[in-house]
Amino acid sequence: MSLAELICPAGTPAALRTAVDAGADAVYCGFQDATNARNFPGLNFTPDELAEAVTYAHTRGTKVLLALNTYPPAGKVDLWRQAADTGARLGVDAFIVADMGVADYIARTYPGIRLHLSVQAAASSPEAIRYYCENFGIKRVVLPRILTIPEIREIRREIPCEIETFIFGNHGLMVEGRCSLTNYLTGQSTNMDGVCSPASDVEYVRDADGSMSSQLAGFTIDRFGPEEKAGYPTICKGRYTAPHRPEGYYAFEEPVSLNLSRLLPELIEAGVHAFKIEGRQRSKSYVRGVVRAFRAAVDDIKAGRDANIADLIALTEGQKQTQGAFETKKWR
Amino acid sequence: MITTSEPTARLRPGEGAIARLACLVLQPVLTRVVRRVAARHPSLFARLGPHQATDFLIDPVELPFALHLRPDPQALVFRAVPRDATPQAGATIRGRFLLLLELIDAEQDGDAAFFSRDLEVSGDTEAVVRLRNALDDMDGSLAEETSAMFGPAGRAVLARLRRAYPDATKPQEYA
Repeated sequence: MSLAELICPAGTPAALRTAVDAGADAVYCGFQDATNARNFPGLNFTPDELAEAVTYAHTRGTKVLLALNTYPPAGKVDLWRQAADTGARLGVDAFIVADMGVADYIARTYPGIRLHLSVQAAASSPEAIRYYCENFGIKRVVLPRILTIPEIREIRREIPCEIETFIFGNHGLMVEGRCSLTNYLTGQSTNMDGVCSPASDVEYVRDADGSMSSQLAGFTIDRFGPEEKAGYPTICKGRYTAPHRPEGYYAFEEPVSLNLSRLLPELIEAGVHAFKIEGRQRSKSYVRGVVRAFRAAVDDIKAGRDANIADLIALTEGQKQTQGAFETKKWR
Repeated sequence: MITTSEPTARLRPGEGAIARLACLVLQPVLTRVVRRVAARHPSLFARLGPHQATDFLIDPVELPFALHLRPDPQALVFRAVPRDATPQAGATIRGRFLLLLELIDAEQDGDAAFFSRDLEVSGDTEAVVRLRNALDDMDGSLAEETSAMFGPAGRAVLARLRRAYPDATKPQEYA
C-alpha cells in the first residue's frame, strides 16, 4: 500500500494552522508574489509568516511544501531564485516547481531538498516524467487531471518517482501551465504572474430580475438565473452563445469540482503516494471541512475499514462534483 | 473606483425612523468592536493593502440598516447607516446577517456561499477578496469576542441567533 499522504492547501498562516490541526500530512503554500500560481490579492505568506508556519507545522509532524510553480519571464528569474533561497533558509521540506530553470537552480543549489513536479508542468507521460527525474532529481510528480486510474497504474510502473494526484477541488483541465485564456482578456498571465482571472478584472453585476452576470475585463463570461448556482469567473468555465447554440453553452468546461472520495481505495491500490486537496484561495472553513473529511477517510481505508466520507457538495463549485477523467475519459 | 448598486431591501413607512434609532443605539458597540479587532489583529491591515481606504458596504439583507466599513488603521470607520442614507461604496457584500458573521468567523466558506447565491458581491472584486483574506487570517471568533463584551446577555443573543439560522451550507455527514 502507498503512503497515501494528505497534501492540503493553505493561503494564509491561519489556514495552515487549520490544515495542520485537521490532520494534514503536508501543507503547501506560497509567497505573496508571482512565484506561485495562486498570486491572489491578500493571500499567501511573507517570509516571516512562513518561518512561523514551518515551526508550527514541524512541531506537529507536518511537512511544508513551497509552491514555486510558475514560469519566470525572461530576465526575471531572480525572484524565483530568491524565493527558493528563502524557502531553503526557512527549512521547507520540498519545493513544488514547474519551470526547468527553477528546477535546475534548486537541484544544483539545494540538492538536499526534495523537488516535486507541479501539475503546472503538465507532465503526463512516463517519458516526460523520467526526463524530469533524471535531470533534476524530481522525487514526486503531481499528475494532470486528465488520466484514468488504469493509466496512472501504468505510469507508476514506468517512472522512478512518487505520484501525487488531486482528489478534491477545482477541476481545471486546460493543459496546465499552458493556458493563456486569462492573458487574452486581461494581459496578465496565469503561468507567469500566477493569476487566473485576476480579481481586479472581475465584476459581478446583479440584474433587476435577480440574475447575476460575471464579467472579466468587461466581457460577460456567464449569466446565472436567480435560482441558479454560480461558479468561478474563469473563461474556461464560461457559458457562451454561438450561431449553432444561441441559448448559451459551456464551450470548454462546466463549473464543477473534482471529488474522488469514492475512488480513494483504487487510487491507493494504483500506487498513488499522495492525495492533493486544491484550494489555497479558499477559507479556513473549507480547509477544516475538507481536510477533516479526507483525513478520516484515508485513515479508515488504511485500517481496512470502509470510508464514511462526509458529503462535501456544499463546498464544490456550482455545487456540482465529478470524478472526471479518473473515472472515464468520456466524463463530458 | 467602481460604484455599487443600492442595497436590496426597501424601507416600509415608519421603518426609516426605526432604522435611524437602531443605528444610534448600535454605534457605540460598533466603534468598540472595530477598535478591539484592530488592536488585537493588526496584521489584517497588511493584507488589505491599498484597500485600507476603500469604503465597504456590508448589507445584512434582513436588517433595516447596512454597515459602512473603511478599514483605514489611521481613521477606522465602522458605522450603521439607514438604507436611505448609504454612502457610495467601492464594494458591497450582501447576505443574511448571521451568514456574514459566520463568514468572518470562518464558520462558513465564502466561495461556497457565493456558489449557492447566499452571498452577493458587487463593485471592486479585488477589495472584497482582500477583505475576505484579511479576515480569514484572523484567529478566534469575532462573534464570540463581541458577544463576550456584553457578558451573559451578549452570549445569549448570539446563541439565539445561531439557533434561528438554517445551517444549509455546511457539510453534512452521510446518514
